Amino acid sequence: MTNGMKYVDEFRDPALIDRVATEIRRVVDPQRHYRIMEVCGGHTHSIYRHGLRDVLPHNVELVHGPGCPVCVLPTGRVDDGLAIADHPEVVLTCFGDMMRVPGTRGTPLERKAQGADIRMVYSPLDALKLAQDDPSRHVCFFAIGFETTAPSTALTILRARELGLDNFSVFCNHVTIVPAMRAILDSPDMRLDGFVGPGHVSTIIGCRPYEFVARRYRKPVAVAGFEPLDLLEGILMVLRQLAAGEAKVENQYRRIVPWEGNVPALRALATVFELRPYFEWRGLGFISQSALKIRDAFARYDAEARFAVPGVRVTDPRAAQCGEILKGVLKPPQCKLFGRECNPEHPVGALMVSSEGACAAYYRYARVEEAAGA
Amino acid sequence: MCLAIPGQVIAFADDPTFAKVDVAGVRRTVNVGLLENEGVDIGDWVLIHVGFALSKVGEAEAHDQLRLLTALGEATLAMEEVAGYTFAPDVEGRG
Repeated sequence: MTNGMKYVDEFRDPALIDRVATEIRRVVDPQRHYRIMEVCGGHTHSIYRHGLRDVLPHNVELVHGPGCPVCVLPTGRVDDGLAIADHPEVVLTCFGDMMRVPGTRGTPLERKAQGADIRMVYSPLDALKLAQDDPSRHVCFFAIGFETTAPSTALTILRARELGLDNFSVFCNHVTIVPAMRAILDSPDMRLDGFVGPGHVSTIIGCRPYEFVARRYRKPVAVAGFEPLDLLEGILMVLRQLAAGEAKVENQYRRIVPWEGNVPALRALATVFELRPYFEWRGLGFISQSALKIRDAFARYDAEARFAVPGVRVTDPRAAQCGEILKGVLKPPQCKLFGRECNPEHPVGALMVSSEGACAAYYRYARVEEAAGA
Repeated sequence: MCLAIPGQVIAFADDPTFAKVDVAGVRRTVNVGLLENEGVDIGDWVLIHVGFALSKVGEAEAHDQLRLLTALGEATLAMEEVAGYTFAPDVEGRG
């Protein structure tokens, strides 16, 4: 308890945190076990960093969701991206997180060391700039991310068309969060009582897309921000609904998240992308209508239309249990490889790569807490 | 990769879908096309993600976000990201 509070103290008014924590204890039924999923990897990071598990009663369990873009990308798609980089004219560009995600033939960083032209960029617009600056090369952007990131890719493709560029394409791996939530709700080994909804994703899509969770599945949802107080308030909203026998969508993060989302972003998404019939997620398998595909009208910017990719489904290393952790069935230290073969220096699975991955967050913060005797 | 970085709009580019922002002293150009409905003015604070402003925020909230990045140990990465935007290094403000 004390150690968790220490993290919180240095950050936010402890009296406010204390008030919310007290209210949480008041509404919780001590006879009941609560399982609440924080969907977003940013939330997972914040929860571990601030030791929030220690502020919550023991019967309120936080289950880490699939909202970490590099974590849910299956190995086969990493291989497909790297196959595009094998073309001698191609410069493959990707975000920094992506550089260390293992494919069958190594990570993008390792392939780069072996001679492939793979470059890290901070924005899809940087990839577009590379294409503009060197017409002799084809620049492909390895796009990953949820709805937070997908509008940036859409606007970049629209810009490429405006500029009339013919040496730029996108290898599109954008996924959408709502079908993953539905898949988790339909999963027979998953019993959840409610959700803390993602913050920045909801800035784009708003709160309406979560209404099916409340209506069809009768589970509460509270969209929340990333500060300790935001997260605790989000958890309290879910627990209050459960105490009252209600199920609705609430917005704790109103200062950033409009109920209707970001209209220009949604318009750009609809212009450039359509839903794929199905897409593979690491750990969750194939989920229908859960990912974005570049529309035929923009096929010249679609790397999958321009380059043949193997498209082979690759199973994860047998010993790694990324799938069970992504579904919230196991906690990171319950994986046989955790902290031994798989660590942030040498990640075997993608959950150890990104700071938003449950394993990396747990490795970085929770182990320290335990060592300190919290 | 999903944390948003707060910055203050200090000038517009000739193409008004781009604006120069100041992120804790680092000045770079970002795309503000997603905020066309709200409108953006010089002095406004925005949250930046992979080179695009995602939403407008109040000044106090912007400072909270910066503190959050620091608390999460991501402030250095965030600054590296903003400093790394190369798509419009020479855009000069006209505001």
